Amino acid sequence: MVRYIGRRVFYMLITLFVIATLSFFLMKMLPGSPLNAEDKLSEEQKAIVLEKYGLNDPVPIQYVKYLGGLVQGDLGISFKFSNYPVTEILLDRMGPSAQLGFQALLVGTILGVLFGLIAAISHNGFLDYTSTIIAVLGTSIPNFVFAALLQIVFAVNLGWFPVALWGEFEHTVLPTIALMIFPMATAARFVRTEMVEVMGSSYITTARAKGISEPAIVFKHGFRNSLIPLITVIGPLAVSMLTGSMVIEQIFAIPGIGEQFVNSVFANDYPTIMGTTLLFAFLFVVIILIIDLLYGLIDPRIRISGGKS
Amino acid sequence: MSKLLEVKDLRVSFNTYNGEVQAVRGVNFELNKGETLAIVGESGSGKSVTTSALMGLLPKPQAMIKTGEILFEGQDIVKKSNKEMQKIRGKDISMVFQDPMSSLNPTMKVGNQIMEGLIKHQHMNRTDAKKKALELLDQVGIPHPDVRLHQYPHQFSGGMRQRVVIAIALACNPKILIADEPTTALDVTIQAQILELMKEIQRESDSAIVFITHDLGVVANVADRVAVMYAGKIIETGTVDDIFYNAKHPYTWGLLGSMPTPDSDDEELFAIPGSPPDMSNPPKGDAFAPRNKFALEIDTVMEPPMFKVSDTHYAATWLLHEDAPKIEPPDSVKKRMQGFARTRGDK
Repeated sequence: MVRYIGRRVFYMLITLFVIATLSFFLMKMLPGSPLNAEDKLSEEQKAIVLEKYGLNDPVPIQYVKYLGGLVQGDLGISFKFSNYPVTEILLDRMGPSAQLGFQALLVGTILGVLFGLIAAISHNGFLDYTSTIIAVLGTSIPNFVFAALLQIVFAVNLGWFPVALWGEFEHTVLPTIALMIFPMATAARFVRTEMVEVMGSSYITTARAKGISEPAIVFKHGFRNSLIPLITVIGPLAVSMLTGSMVIEQIFAIPGIGEQFVNSVFANDYPTIMGTTLLFAFLFVVIILIIDLLYGLIDPRIRISGGKS
Repeated sequence: MSKLLEVKDLRVSFNTYNGEVQAVRGVNFELNKGETLAIVGESGSGKSVTTSALMGLLPKPQAMIKTGEILFEGQDIVKKSNKEMQKIRGKDISMVFQDPMSSLNPTMKVGNQIMEGLIKHQHMNRTDAKKKALELLDQVGIPHPDVRLHQYPHQFSGGMRQRVVIAIALACNPKILIADEPTTALDVTIQAQILELMKEIQRESDSAIVFITHDLGVVANVADRVAVMYAGKIIETGTVDDIFYNAKHPYTWGLLGSMPTPDSDDEELFAIPGSPPDMSNPPKGDAFAPRNKFALEIDTVMEPPMFKVSDTHYAATWLLHEDAPKIEPPDSVKKRMQGFARTRGDK
């Protein structure tokens, strides 16, 4: 098991290296420079700035320097916020995004699983159709629509929560709800489909023939067997949730990573863009590893070889 | 012998998009304590639906019991609620399924799957249940039960899994064990082992066994009594001897004639022509008549009642009516029945 994880971590590093390299050279190939917008600078000033950020070095040297920094956890200096290391910007911005993402993912998944189970048990019944409709609406209506609705109803009309901005827990409630609708609907759909299939399988009949009560069958025999597809979709979703939603963060004026990313793109702030890309990639490979380990935990048939047999 | 189970005029129908399918159309039988009853018939004859009805496991809401009583120790289980049936299932009546590859939960340890019923019905604590599970695994012939208890189904072969399924069914010493084609999905050599195990169980416990199969060879091996089903009805019933040496129904003749035996290589293997009727629109009169070369005119008009051949032997064919022409079974079948009787005498 330890060896397996070690090997996986090694592959993860290779993946990150490839992504870092690709994003570095893609950035270099892009037209424009961070100085374009500031035409008021004299040639001399421009040269000083370029020299300062090492942009006068040949590209291979820049690349080696960049990689050297990466190894030490240094993602470079932001072009936009001068003298501000990208690592620090990301760490600052990560907090609100991760908190929102985590809350939304947790509540959304739990509610979604619940809806899915209820739908599966009342297969083709009233509750099934109700929760299917909720799931379809949740996946097809973009979350900024919900965000605007929530702001009007609960912030403007009822005044229960602040309209926007970041600070106390109550600031997180509306964006969390807006964000959680998609994972909730997704989880509900997958759990329902899988549970309907699982509940029709022979081992459920065996459990019924043992005289086990229906709720015990659903939770002890059915649910675990329907988890694989769920974590397969929730995993990648988790990455996008934790790294912040550009739209939701804009609407609620939350100082998160999503908002930061958009601003960096407009400012041609290459080090921040690359840093954010790498952060996304890092979270992604870590979550994929966790999912693979979870698979084995859930289903003994896909337990990793080399583990205790 | 004391009656354990009595099924009276059981009728089960399925509601489908194409209308009502009459899967079971008036089945009557009894099961005595400690005996093995084999229910034989081809696919779609209603054997499995009958046993699902006994277990209270008919798929709802598509299937419904239209009429009939299933008296288990005098109580009609058709009238029982699902809650009440949960107390009977697994405790008094338990079941072994056809496909051991899919009838065990893949994500639950085998031990827990056996212990579940013990904890539920015998109110055992986990320690006692575990002890009993070890005994059961040993009883069904699984080596190293202490290791096997902690393994998952995918670590077992097909035959071993079927032993586990049998252990689960036996856990609470059921009064009735229903085995729905327990050997169909297994290799022939494994089949023999599982049959041997079923016979052993029958000797050691006083459980009555209902054995569903389409394999007459299996029937001769395990059963005391046989009920032959066709198109949702029992068309002939009797002891193993009655059915194998003195079958009266042309369908039973067909089944006997189509069964390969060790000395049948010089004879042509007989096949019943045609296919079973469409049960959403059962034919008028005797359902077997269209495939029956001995069919009489009356067969197309009126269904035959059960005629008594002897105290143990009944068959539903007009051929047994006193006005019917005397028809002997085909020579090849006759020869076979004599052959069975001879080998039986040798044993």
